This record gives sequence, structure tokens and C-alpha cells, in this order.
Amino acid sequence: MRFDVVIRVGTKLILPFILLFALYVQLHGDYGPGGGFQAGVIAAGMVILVALTFGIDQAKQVAPQALVQRMVPLGVLIFAGTGLVGMLYGQNFLDYSVLGPVAPSARERGILLVEAGVLVTVSGTMLSMFYAFVERGR
Amino acid sequence: MQAIQVFAEHYNYVVTIFLMMAGLYIVIARGNMIKKLIGLSIFQTSVYLLYITPAKIIGGTAPILDPAFKVYSNPLPHVLILTAIVVGVATLALGLALVVRIKEAYGTVDEDEIFAKDGEQ
Amino acid sequence: MTAISAQLPALQVVLPLLGAVLAALMRRGTPAFALTLAISWTLPFISGALLYQTLTGDPISYRLGGWEPPFGIEYRVDVLNAFVLMLVSSVGAVILPFAHRSVASEIDEDKHAWFYCMYLLCLAGLLGIAITGDAFNAFVFLEISSLATYVLIALGRDRRALLSAFQYLIVGTIGATLYVLGVGLIYLVTGTLNMHDLSTRLVEAYAVYPQPVLAGLAFIVVGVGLKLALFPMHVWLPNAYAYAPSVVSAFLAATATKVAVYLLIRFSFGVFGKAVAFPTLTVTDLIVGLSIAAMFVGAAAAVYQTDLKRMLAYSSVSQIGYITLGVGLANQAGLTGGIVHLANHAIMKAALFLALGAAVYRIGTCKLNDLSGIGRRMPLTMTAFAIAGFGLIGTPGTAGFISKWYLALGSLEVGGWPLLLAIVASSMIAVVYVGRVVEVMWFREESPHVKGASEAPLAMLLPILVLAAATVYFGFDTRATAGIATRAAEMLIGGLR
Repeated sequence: MRFDVVIRVGTKLILPFILLFALYVQLHGDYGPGGGFQAGVIAAGMVILVALTFGIDQAKQVAPQALVQRMVPLGVLIFAGTGLVGMLYGQNFLDYSVLGPVAPSARERGILLVEAGVLVTVSGTMLSMFYAFVERGR
Repeated sequence: MQAIQVFAEHYNYVVTIFLMMAGLYIVIARGNMIKKLIGLSIFQTSVYLLYITPAKIIGGTAPILDPAFKVYSNPLPHVLILTAIVVGVATLALGLALVVRIKEAYGTVDEDEIFAKDGEQ
Repeated sequence: MTAISAQLPALQVVLPLLGAVLAALMRRGTPAFALTLAISWTLPFISGALLYQTLTGDPISYRLGGWEPPFGIEYRVDVLNAFVLMLVSSVGAVILPFAHRSVASEIDEDKHAWFYCMYLLCLAGLLGIAITGDAFNAFVFLEISSLATYVLIALGRDRRALLSAFQYLIVGTIGATLYVLGVGLIYLVTGTLNMHDLSTRLVEAYAVYPQPVLAGLAFIVVGVGLKLALFPMHVWLPNAYAYAPSVVSAFLAATATKVAVYLLIRFSFGVFGKAVAFPTLTVTDLIVGLSIAAMFVGAAAAVYQTDLKRMLAYSSVSQIGYITLGVGLANQAGLTGGIVHLANHAIMKAALFLALGAAVYRIGTCKLNDLSGIGRRMPLTMTAFAIAGFGLIGTPGTAGFISKWYLALGSLEVGGWPLLLAIVASSMIAVVYVGRVVEVMWFREESPHVKGASEAPLAMLLPILVLAAATVYFGFDTRATAGIATRAAEMLIGGLR
């Protein structure tokens, strides 16, 4: 593989900002366009960029395969776990109003947690698909 | 003249029907599995359009309560279709993954060739 | 205690879903199996409690997230869903002990945890379809269970498993999309997705917009028909069942199509019943016609199969015909017969597929000629196979007789002797394909494959024997099956206009 200086340095410069943008999209999902899905894809895109520039082995040091494969169920677990909290407080499943003193802001808190779960699952899924296809034919 | 008016008033529905038939035709008529999946996606897209068409109110805004606005779009179909799109993407991804495995097992993604290969066994 | 009992409807779906996630996190086969076993054995108790509550009181309504119906998603359990929930969760529980060894011999080591993850995910999806009172939520669960099913089928050893999973994916997705299309049409004319709410609002909507309502019903019937493999939309089924791993064939044959039938019954009677008077529509004649065709074509095709799993798959097409015949007859006795056969066929087919799975485990094949004389080597397994096979025929003293009895009563009410004759004649074809196998298994010379085979291990044998015993038990004591089905049918027929 030929290492192009412009691409390597450019990638290094841009990487933190991609992650920052992913977090921006994630946390502003309740007021504007965005949310866990989009943020997850952007975050996964950062790792994919590393893989494209520095090779798949470097990318696996950033996001090890075992971690990525665990992220897929982990995000669902965060989602379902948030739903279960309501149940533990005697309310129905997915009732987020128990997460805080005032119902509307408590529901918003619940949505933030759920979106965090979505972020983990989506970026995990994107990356494990990417790894799975890169592994093919090697 | 009237026909043109009916067509223009139901433009989205005409497109829906066209996409649906085109998608189904590709699924049935093409032997290439990738093309079949593309047809399937087009078929699903037609349904998305059917849901979204009546939900979009011209001049309506996003349903966030604000004294400045009186007209809102109907959020429910949008949310439903967001869910349906995710399901559709998952189906497409699984379908493509299966095609990769089929290609590895058979060496081709054409249904007729695959049937021919299985017939030899 | 009351706190838990109020949460049962949610737990019914959430438990297998959580289990699926945890099984995926474990990444090793044996702990994942232990977890799956624990969860799938808890589920029948939950559905049993739900069934008891609905039998003794009013339907249960559970508000997901605390949002009031019809705005939020409602889980609504009445006698019909509770019965289907009980069926699916019990079959899922009984089959599972069989899975450990069978999966170990048929699937690669590193995929075991994923197998159990998908099994629980599929179970969660199927239970979700049965429990939800929201038409769109049913679609989401339908796709959850279907996606898991495609993966489960693709895990089969043969490369043709991949092909059949792909074909099922295409057909299943078209079916689910047509279903959403139908739901979309009725949403546009009523503005609601809650099934209970729909049933009353459709009355008004039908008076103003009759065509969209009927078109919605048509799309839903065809979409669900694809999922339940109603003739001639059954083409995906034989391959899918034949090449899937043994446990998966048994599980799918017993549950997946049954839940789709439930959806058909729920929509045609529960949702549309009040508005369009389902029994008077032409579609019932169509369903009756297609069911009879399925009964004959499926059974006749089964006679010519040499691969026994494929034979059972074609027999499923034929047996699904009996179930939908009950739906199409749309009278008290017929519908009761259809619902009873839902349960009885699930029990018998699971027993048959598991018995074949045990044979595959011992001798590695399920071709008819390779199995000759196996009855003397694996007597208990093959006795169970024969009993369940007689159940398929509808021999008196087995569960199959009960369902056919009700179907016959229903047919006499509507179509008179020709329909009754069709039921008896198609059962005669079942005598041929079951009898042929039993003859080869018990009375032929032992084939070289069978030499040295011994009885299946206990963990595999027990599920088979339990299911075969249930086949006989429900042939005599019909309180649990026909009794509840009668009440469910009364409720559905009573809800019609």
C-alpha cells in the first residue's frame, strides 16, 4: 500500500472533528435533525476512514472486532434496560416518566438514554458489517 | 383535459403504483439476485410514498408546538415510515449478506445457473 | 405480586428479547443455551397466567410506556391471543431441550450463541405479533421474527439452505410489505392503528369509502397469506423447511405459520368483522377454494417426496389448508376447528420434525430409503413419529381427529356433502404418505445407514415423547384445546355484524 502524506495527515486532522460532529448530531437529535441513527453512522464512518487510510489492522486497534460485535447487543440492552427501569418503579414498560421529578423532562432523559443505545447499536452494526466484508476474500 | 387534471391531482399515487409494479416486475422477471433485491427495495419504497403523501400538509411545519404556527404535518406516518425504512434496510442488508454467501457457495448470483448447478447433484 | 401480574403482557415479549441480547453478548454456546432454556421455560408460565386471566375475566389491556390507547401502543390479550401465546411459548419451551445436541451436531461451534440469540429473537417476534393490539406494531414484530427466521434457515448445512433463505426473504418481504400497504389504506380512512379502535371506526369509514377499506382487507389477506403459505403462495415453504436445521424446521412448522394464521383471523374477524361482515364476502369462498386446493395439492406432493423433511413440509401446506378452511367457512364450528387445528397441527408437526431430527442426529440423513428398518433401532422415537403421523391423518383417538370433526361439522353447515367428502378424501392421501413411511421404517430390511444406530439421547427423546403424548392426550381431553377454541370462536363470531 502506498502511503500518501496528504491523505494521512488530512485524515489525522479530521478524525476528532468527525467524532465531535457525531456527538453533536447525537445530542441535538431532540431539537433538530439528527439522533442515534445518524450519529452512529458518522461515528462508524470515522473508523472506516481510519481503515481506508491506514489499513484494516490500524482500524482494529481503534475499534477491536470483539468490542464491535459486543456493541450490537449492548445498545439494545441499554434501550431495553431503560424501558425496564420504568417497570422497576411500578410503571409500565418504556414509561420514562419515572426517570425524574417532572414528567416531560424525565421523558426527555429517557429518550436521550434510548438514543445512546441506538448510537451504540448502529455504529456497532455498521462496523461489524464493514469488518465482515473486509474479512471476506482475505 | 379532465384526464390530465386527475393525473396531476393524483400524481403521487400514480408514482406509487408505477414504483410498486416496477419493483414487483423486477423481482419476478430478473434472475440476478442483486437485481431482485433492488426490485424489492423499489417495491417497499412505493409503500413509503403511499404513507407520506397524505401526511405532508402543504405549508405545515414540523409538529413542535409554537404559537407562531397553526398548521402542522401529521407526524405519525412519518415515524411509521422511518421504522419501515429501518426494517427495509435491515432486510436489504440481510439479503445482500445471503447473496455474498450464495456467491461463495455457488460461484454465481444468477438463479437459473444456480438451479442448473443444484440439478447436477 | 400484583405488580408483577400487571406487567405480564410486557414481560412475555421483553424477556425473550432481553434473552436474545444477552445470548449474543455471551458468545459461547453452552451458557447461551442455559439462558435460552431458562427463559423459554418461563414464558409458558407467563402465557398460562394470561390465559387464566382472560378465561376468567375481561380482556387484558396493557399500555406500553403508559400512553393511553388508541394513541399509544396497546397490548391487548383476549382468549384468542392468549391461546396462541400459550401455544407458541409451550412449543418453544418443549422443543428447546432437543436443540442443544442437535445444534451441536449441525451448526459450527462459533455460531451456537448466535443461533440461540436468533431463536429467542424469533420467539420474541412471534409472541409480539400475537400479543400486540396495534396493526403497525404487528408489522414490526412480523419483520423481527422473519429476519430471525431467514438467519435460522440459512444456518442449515446444505448450501441450498442459503438459497431457500433468500427465496423466503424475497417472498416474506413482499408479504410483509403488502400487509403494511393494507394497514396504510385503512389508516388513511380511519386515522387509527389500534386494532380495537379500528374495528369500530371502520364501520363509519366503510359507509363513506367502501373501496379503500375492501382494498385494505385484500392487501392484508394476500400479505398474510404469503406468510402463512396459503396455496398457491406456498412455494417458499418446502425448501425452507427441508434445508433448515432440524430444530428450526420443527420450531417454524409449529409456530411461524400459526402466528400468521392468527393474524389472518384477527384481521378478518376482529378488525374488519364489524364493518364488512366478513362471512358474506366473496373472499371467504376464495379462501375455502384455495384451502381445498392446498389440502389436495400439498398432500399429493407429499406422497412423491423421498426426502422426509420435504415430505413433512408439503404435508404442512396441506394441513395449513385445513386451518384456513376453518377460517373461510366462517361459522362457529368451522372456526373452532380451524383454531383447534392451529394447536393440534403445531403439536403433531413439531413431534414429526423432531423425530426426524433425532434420526438425522443418529444416522445423518432423512432420505426415505436410508431410513428403512429404523423403527427397530430407535423404537421409541419412531413410535412417536407413527403416533404423530396418525394424528395428521385424523385417526380417532388422536388430536387430529378432533380438529377434523369440528371442520366437518362446519362444512356440513355451509357446503354440505362435497366439502365433507373433500376433507375425508384428502385425509386418505395423508394415509398414503404417512403409511408409506411407517411401512418403510418398521417392516423393511435395515439399510446400511441404520446399522449400529441406537435410540436418541434422553434430552432429545423427551421432547418427542411429550409431544406425541400430547397428540394422544388432546385426542381425548379436549377441554384445553377445543374448549378454549370454542370460546375464541364465539367471541369472534359474536363480534361480527
